[in-house]
Amino acid sequence: MAAADAMTDAARHREAVAIAPGVHWIGALDPALRTFDIILRTEQGTTYNAYLVRGRDGVAVIDTVKAEFAEEFFARLESVADYGEIRAIVLNHLEPDHSGALPELLRRAPQATLYISARAPAILNGLLKSVVPRPKPPLVTVKTGDSLSLGERKLRFLLTPFVHWPDTQCTYLADEGVLFCGDLFGCHLCDGRLFDDRIGEFWPAIDYYYAHIMRPFAHQVREALAEILPLEPRVLAPTHGPILRERPRRYLEHYQALARRPANGPPRLAIFYISAYGNTAQMAEAIAAGAGEADGVQVSTHDIETGETAAFLDLIEGADAVAFGSPTINGDAVKPVWDLLSSLATIDVKGKRAGAFGSYGWSGEAIWLIEERLRGLKMQLPVPGLRIKLIPSTEEIAACHAFGRQLADSLVGGPGSARTLDLAEIG
Amino acid sequence: MPKANITFDDIGKTVSVPAGTRVIEVSERIGAGILYGCREGDCGTCMMQVLEGRDNLTEPSVLEEKVLRENMANGHDRLACQAQIIGDCRIRPA
Repeated sequence: MAAADAMTDAARHREAVAIAPGVHWIGALDPALRTFDIILRTEQGTTYNAYLVRGRDGVAVIDTVKAEFAEEFFARLESVADYGEIRAIVLNHLEPDHSGALPELLRRAPQATLYISARAPAILNGLLKSVVPRPKPPLVTVKTGDSLSLGERKLRFLLTPFVHWPDTQCTYLADEGVLFCGDLFGCHLCDGRLFDDRIGEFWPAIDYYYAHIMRPFAHQVREALAEILPLEPRVLAPTHGPILRERPRRYLEHYQALARRPANGPPRLAIFYISAYGNTAQMAEAIAAGAGEADGVQVSTHDIETGETAAFLDLIEGADAVAFGSPTINGDAVKPVWDLLSSLATIDVKGKRAGAFGSYGWSGEAIWLIEERLRGLKMQLPVPGLRIKLIPSTEEIAACHAFGRQLADSLVGGPGSARTLDLAEIG
Repeated sequence: MPKANITFDDIGKTVSVPAGTRVIEVSERIGAGILYGCREGDCGTCMMQVLEGRDNLTEPSVLEEKVLRENMANGHDRLACQAQIIGDCRIRPA
């Protein structure tokens, strides 16, 4: 697309952009943003997408924008509606980048009723408590199946909790097949051309967004997709990035692939280690050999020093058990181990089996510290951590075997079977 | 010590626990799908749906009642960080 054509876009004016009959984008562009929520790089900026739906009996505003962009949002809103026409404000997600203009919108449209999910009132309270005078809008909390009539057309609500906050929901305009999907299917990409078919390739932005925002909630993404797929939406209108209207099903299928449950197969144990003098590496080998004796458990070992964190995260996400080995240097596990352990918050590891091991010279605190981190991640530690002073002896190698075997056994014979477990067993 | 069974419907696991154990203590260890925020009965993140054995959980405190009300909970919902197990029950994330 020629540069001049690229400029014929929302960045050049402050007017609403039609996305379907009676449906407008009234969001804001933030091309200069370089970091989002501390954790995401946004080298292409972002958009805060808000929408307006007009029916015979009034207007609904769906989501707002970050507070600093309120003026742009109101200018776009005013280009297609008067404040007195607004009957409803729907908030699919109350995080401040989508609710920042809410207090002012409530002041300008005091007659409007607020529609939020049943999990959202406490968050709304947190957002409005410091606003003076405090707005007290008429409030309706909704659940899946509830709808809001605008006359000849209806907005239908679908609760999709934890994608990626407790309050998240989607709103569906059936007559045009437009799904206002909140942060689902979103990405950080600021392009005033607004629509996927005008922008071209941006899958990496979608994947990056998913990896940092949705991935820890893969289970909830699957549940949300189960609600959304049967609707066969013709337009996906997320709160960040392009509006998706060219074969939208491919975005749903892409999300299905990203959130896919690891394939059924033998239980997997992945062992990660780093070693200064080869002793912790020797322990890792012996643990792997011991684990390999358990029936049907697939075991792999990985040297943290030479591997890539992203690939390790994929392995850990797909594993049923993981073990981390580190030497102790200056009373701590070494930095590459912490780098990997700190990355685990971006995937769902809750409930997986885990263990820690390592060789040490003086004191061996690394193992306890790793175990604390694993417990903090809500992983289960069926076998106490294994600490060996310097070079493992034959007996100590046997202890490594036993450690590996017990960890692997916990996958095939322990918690995970159908029997009733005792609380003491799940450590 | 009296024991009770709690079943986590989302992962199909049943755990036998000493009576008085809070649901959070079990669900975190077994890897059930309830998510947690403050763990102090304030944020409402850990709301769960009690499918069976509602009377086999301790009565909600005034604080829990308030948080449940704020989150528009229905009569089957409780906070996993507050409810203590005193008899057999079956739950799932709300």
